[in-house]
Amino acid sequence: MTDLTSLTLAQARSGLASKSFTSLELTDAHLQAIEAARVLNAFVMETPDQARAMAREADAKIVKGEGGPLAGIPLGIKDLFATKDVRTTACSKILGNFVPTYESTVTSQLWRDGAVMLGKLNNDEFAMGSSNETSCFGPVVNPWRRDGANTTLVPGGSSGGSASAVAALLCMGATATDTGGSIRQPAAFTATVGMKPTYGRCSRWGIVAFASSLDQAGPIARTVRDAAILMRSMAGHDPKDTTSVDRAVPDYEAAIGKSVNGMKIGIPREYRLDGMPAEIEKLWSEGAAWLRSAGAELIDVSLPHTKYALPAYYIVAPAEASSNLARYDGVRYGLRAPGRSVGEMYENTRGEGFGAEVRRRVMIGTYVLSAGYYDAYYLRAQKVRTLIKKDFEDCFASGVHAILTPATPSAAFGIGEKGADPIEMYLNDIFTVTVNMAGLPGIGVPGGKDSQGLPLGLQLIGRPFDEETLFSLGEVIEQAAGRFTPPRWW
Amino acid sequence: MSVDAATVRRIAQLARIAVAETEVPHLQGELNAMLAFVEQLSEVNIDGVEPMTSVTPMEMKKRPDVVNDGDIPDDIIRNAPATDDHFFLVPKVVE
Repeated sequence: MTDLTSLTLAQARSGLASKSFTSLELTDAHLQAIEAARVLNAFVMETPDQARAMAREADAKIVKGEGGPLAGIPLGIKDLFATKDVRTTACSKILGNFVPTYESTVTSQLWRDGAVMLGKLNNDEFAMGSSNETSCFGPVVNPWRRDGANTTLVPGGSSGGSASAVAALLCMGATATDTGGSIRQPAAFTATVGMKPTYGRCSRWGIVAFASSLDQAGPIARTVRDAAILMRSMAGHDPKDTTSVDRAVPDYEAAIGKSVNGMKIGIPREYRLDGMPAEIEKLWSEGAAWLRSAGAELIDVSLPHTKYALPAYYIVAPAEASSNLARYDGVRYGLRAPGRSVGEMYENTRGEGFGAEVRRRVMIGTYVLSAGYYDAYYLRAQKVRTLIKKDFEDCFASGVHAILTPATPSAAFGIGEKGADPIEMYLNDIFTVTVNMAGLPGIGVPGGKDSQGLPLGLQLIGRPFDEETLFSLGEVIEQAAGRFTPPRWW
Repeated sequence: MSVDAATVRRIAQLARIAVAETEVPHLQGELNAMLAFVEQLSEVNIDGVEPMTSVTPMEMKKRPDVVNDGDIPDDIIRNAPATDDHFFLVPKVVE
């Protein structure tokens, strides 16, 4: 039964529909795979009983011909999504044993469509990190290793558990969130496909908030088609999120295989960094060549404020985080550390409950919002953000359909290798963070491997609410580059 | 701009995070590294540029001002560290 885990989501959907196997069989195969892969630390909570119950329910519906678009498909859920009666921690000590009494909108839509929950996936604490090393449950291990080496590598972050689990065939797809690159960067490090939708496309309701003007949920999957299938269920208007957009959800899967002939693809010169590894440069030109052979027209474009996106992000995101994380006060939920007064209790709770990276960001966010510094930092960063967005608007207004860039400046690195210098870690998101600052959709698609056998990813950036074009272009890259599965060593 | 040790203590106090005295020098270094990194924004010409307030051009949605949820005190206190009869308990505020 183990080979059921190597099916794509689309293949499993056909197999379930044709009754070649049941959801219970498919689910059991994944539960076994999860158990055998605990060394990866991808799951922080396994929910086998619930998974089997949901699978049985899906099987009953499939028999009656009432199965939804995801009927019987086993998925993993990032621990940032509130799941009713299942512990949700954002991988922070401060949430402790928090058990929501409600379900996030995105996950509720997955269950509405018949999906099965296998468990909760590891992530960087409050999604703050690019290596999944800040989780209070410890780092996630990337199923990929360098050729002939057994060094443990990070899967990227913050959706490291999602990426690792999907790459290691522990689930058929996973939910993830992306504030500065947290879907696309781990996808690139694990040879998976990650879609960060347009801001407002997916409801943020019931997702633990990090930086509300940047956070978006999206899928990580093994193929572009699988990501498109998941997107259709995850997206949609939600009155409970005032920033959720009231706009019909297209059939994203219909975009797979659509011709990209005649499309104009921008190659932004500012993404060609000094000292960029030759392998990244090569990957980028290969990606461009594949799109060109499919009939697309490649044109050089300029996004002049690119280099300011990351520093502006490190003002805006911590500022919003410092405000969002004010709710963790030891009173209404989560950890409480005793103190002689209310104030001391707050301070002790937050001192004990937040990890080093979260504390650093909350403090910098507090500083840039504080009296006397607001204009110099926060207001300036929000003005720079306007300029970053305008760069993209000008580019798209000139007729460009999408922009092609590398997803990350390097392949996966070793656990513990980076982090002594926070800025070095932040540079991981240099190609992805612009997209969040401008609220645009971006997809990460595997493009090849480096000389050490590690996956590298390409990123496509689209016009607002034009995820479909990204799926069409992503499919062209996937067809040309092929798919990559890590050899099993665990 | 950079922060001194006293400012680090003040930020920690504003953020309501207990920071041990021994951690101050380290935190000061980290915060200053971040501030040095974002310093490059000062070279951008922002004259006449509006600050971003909404990344997608949309009007803020409003809902009717009516009660649409409630009568769930058990749910609300379910995860609280200390409660008494549907109240949250905190250390004594008034002596």
